[in-house]
Amino acid sequence: MIRASIKKQLHGAGGEFQLDVNLQIAEGELIALFGPSGAGKTTLLRCLAGLDQPEQGSLIVNGESWLNTASRINLPPQLRHVGYVFQDYALFPNMTVRGNLEFALRKGHAKKRVDELLALMDIGELQQRKPDTLSGGQKQRVALARALASEPRLLLLDEPFSALDAEMRSRLQDEVLKLQRHLGITTIIVSHDVGEVYKLASRVLVMNAGKLVEQGSPDQVFSTGKTSGKFRFTGEVLAIETMDVMSTLTVLVGNQIVRVVAMPDEAAALQAGDRVMLVSKAFNPIVLKLA
Amino acid sequence: MLLKAWLRLMKWCSLMTYDLSPLLLTFRLALVTTAILICIGVPFAWWLANTRIRIKPAVEAMVSMPLVLPPSVLGFYLLLAFSPEHWFGQWLDRVARLRLAFSFEGLVVASVIFSFPFLVHPIQAAFQNLPRSLTEAAQVLGKPRWQIFLRVLLPNIKPALLSGTILSFAHTVGEFGVVLMIGGNLPDETRVASIAIYDEVESLNYAAANFYAGVLFVLSFLILLLVYITNRKALK
Repeated sequence: MIRASIKKQLHGAGGEFQLDVNLQIAEGELIALFGPSGAGKTTLLRCLAGLDQPEQGSLIVNGESWLNTASRINLPPQLRHVGYVFQDYALFPNMTVRGNLEFALRKGHAKKRVDELLALMDIGELQQRKPDTLSGGQKQRVALARALASEPRLLLLDEPFSALDAEMRSRLQDEVLKLQRHLGITTIIVSHDVGEVYKLASRVLVMNAGKLVEQGSPDQVFSTGKTSGKFRFTGEVLAIETMDVMSTLTVLVGNQIVRVVAMPDEAAALQAGDRVMLVSKAFNPIVLKLA
Repeated sequence: MLLKAWLRLMKWCSLMTYDLSPLLLTFRLALVTTAILICIGVPFAWWLANTRIRIKPAVEAMVSMPLVLPPSVLGFYLLLAFSPEHWFGQWLDRVARLRLAFSFEGLVVASVIFSFPFLVHPIQAAFQNLPRSLTEAAQVLGKPRWQIFLRVLLPNIKPALLSGTILSFAHTVGEFGVVLMIGGNLPDETRVASIAIYDEVESLNYAAANFYAGVLFVLSFLILLLVYITNRKALK
């Protein structure tokens, strides 16, 4: 059981804002932290690991106090026993794959664990290679194996798959899921990929501008009742053209540019650069299966 | 082959009957200085790379001072501080029985100060260029600071360690002004090769000056060549 209450002043792209989060996580849960970049997801993760210090807050993990600013408790990251997978993997370039895992072993732990992890993550053949010679997916596996080698009580993954191609991402997601169920380790994964959250998380916490704005199962969060039967997209207005009684908006949604029709009074309230949400009925979509 | 060449050189040296002691003294000075510099400079560079204290710019400026100051300025102040008339010199004499003015020990102290930036700069830059996540990853894995320093950080800045070491060694070999100010010209104590050259020229003994100068010239070139070759290998 993890109870956290974290308050920290952050400097974002849009000025200062406060990270202010209260959360509870049950043993063995796989939680996704979801939200736009700059919402404070990574900072929250770093506060849990002890890499960043909140100005105010408390953190109790399995009855042990890791942080309590009121009574000046702040366990250093060395004593927290968390596994952390960094966005850039942070493999030690001077050590082989095997060396990386052995370095991670806690004192008095048998080297046998390294062999088990190498086998579990299917990286046995890479064990004498240096990190520089590995592909992104391979580095990711090593980073995950290394995080597990220290026998963490809490596994934190910071956008672990963002640098991988779709196929590799999907395979590794499967593996994380399998691993997490196998080991039953409490896991928090930062992600801004809805598909990933759906696939992995039992519960998703949505963050925006430092606050928890919504939480629940991915199903509850991403398909709320009031908009079922509709597509919702958020996008950025690129251009507005008004002709007679109709306006045409050019909107960037994801990496697609779509043109939509709008009423002139709707268009009048907008200007290029605005963020908008497009809602459309989904009564006759064309569904194409992708190979 | 190498041995033969060395023997021939030695024979040539003995034929020329040049006094080798200034050269030996120079290299002894450079070795001792470099060894001390590594012991204090590497941890200092680490500290400087990570510290957030307010006076960091002032500390960095102090470290870099020997780069811009005329060596005679540094030598002058050190001479004053080392002299038995000065409280610092008195204190050293009383506590450690150490006379730093006109002694080999004094040369070592001065050389350490004078070559400090040559060791600290490349190593500090290398520490700063290492991704923070390496340190953080090791922290999360439960490793104490000294272990992170020795096993994660140091092995990943090897090229900078090498160039810093060699540059400070070479710079100590090439010292003149500071040595002249605080060391003078005592045979086997402070008469290093650069001083010997000056001395021989003064007494119009050009052949001897040429010998010392030639040795320094060739050795300096070889040292720098080694730095560039190893750096090129490290980049590959």
